[in-house]
Amino acid sequence: MKKALLISAGILFWLIVWQVAALAIDSSILLVSPLDVIKRLGELIITADFWQSILFSSCRIMLGFFIGLVTGTVLAVFMGKFRVIRIIFSPLISVMKSIPVASFTILALFWIRSENLSVLVTFLICTPIVCSNMQAGIDSLDPKLKEMAKVFKIPALRRFSGVYLSQLMPYFRSASALAIGLSWKSGAAAEVIGIPDGSIGEKLFMSKIYLETADLFAWTAAVILLSLLCEKLFLLVVGILQKKIERM
Amino acid sequence: MPRAENICKSFSDKIVLNNFTHDFKEGKITALVGQSGCGKTTLLSVLMGLIPADSGTLIGFDKPISAVFQEDRLCENLTVSANIRLVTGKRFTKSEIEKELCAVGLKDCPEKPVRELSGGMKRRAAIVRALLAESEILFLDEPFKGLDADTKETVLEYVRTKVKGKTVIFVTHDMEECDTFADETVALTQLS
Repeated sequence: MKKALLISAGILFWLIVWQVAALAIDSSILLVSPLDVIKRLGELIITADFWQSILFSSCRIMLGFFIGLVTGTVLAVFMGKFRVIRIIFSPLISVMKSIPVASFTILALFWIRSENLSVLVTFLICTPIVCSNMQAGIDSLDPKLKEMAKVFKIPALRRFSGVYLSQLMPYFRSASALAIGLSWKSGAAAEVIGIPDGSIGEKLFMSKIYLETADLFAWTAAVILLSLLCEKLFLLVVGILQKKIERM
Repeated sequence: MPRAENICKSFSDKIVLNNFTHDFKEGKITALVGQSGCGKTTLLSVLMGLIPADSGTLIGFDKPISAVFQEDRLCENLTVSANIRLVTGKRFTKSEIEKELCAVGLKDCPEKPVRELSGGMKRRAAIVRALLAESEILFLDEPFKGLDADTKETVLEYVRTKVKGKTVIFVTHDMEECDTFADETVALTQLS
């Protein structure tokens, strides 16, 4: 409760700073006030077009995230188990981590249609993040717990959930949280470059073209809220699944 | 009767065990004593099958075993109950596990993650886990290490009642523990 209050106080502080800055600048093109953004978001929320764009982008961005999550995790497991795979894939993962989203996106436009761009870009952004985090988790697995499991002859499934999963979950959770945030960032950026019809990226691009700063902020706020919602929901589901597996 | 015959083990040039032979009395408590570095833990690891001996034979150690390791070896992110259920499966109910933990002074701990426990509490959780696991041979590597005098007394009594009928091999530095807890004592000497 106290933590929630402190977080709310922090958010309120920055909203006040923003409001004061908007009043001082006094130009709705350069900086709109938070109240104007909330008002505009309220207007957008009641339109079907808003929800269609949300659905369009969410499906693609989250699909890219899930493919990246699975690929990154599987790759990390194989890289942890087989030295040769680690040698082969380590440079690729390092390169993938450093390539700018814009480069990925422009290159990907040659290969695929713009509406699927965010899936590919999100996948390419998520995979190395998840892989690196999970690899760190696998590297830190305690070999003494493996011996403990051997002495107590813990059955395979219980051993997996209790010994390995319990050690890897903190890494998986932080990798997922980080990857979801970056998925929305990179997915929206890719859509702004590719401008697929009916996407959030298209709306952001149009608001820039027509100097609709309130729209730009409203869509940005929507992306932030969606990102937070996806993160919280995903971690909640992961937590429930983890408890179920641990009870097996 | 579990028997270790001519067990030899060395690491690089250092000989740790040289023709160790002993018949461990079934259903009795055998204490392994000796100076630090004389090979007590190495011997325990060989007997548990965690490291292979260079030579020698183990007879009668192929039964279900259980252990309190030198380190607690608990899963830090799991609760105390989950750590116990990890080795016992569903053989014990929640209240039965709580009762066992209560007996060693861990009344409020069953649902606490292990990472939130103190060193002494972790030790007691590791002891309860080992005693609830299905086993015929129990290995205890300095099980009472890090426990204060009063707690040690309680835990020692708890262990004594729980190990009845089991073959127990335990490592200690404390001669008083040997006198009060063990049925026989085997002294290991430092080899060059």
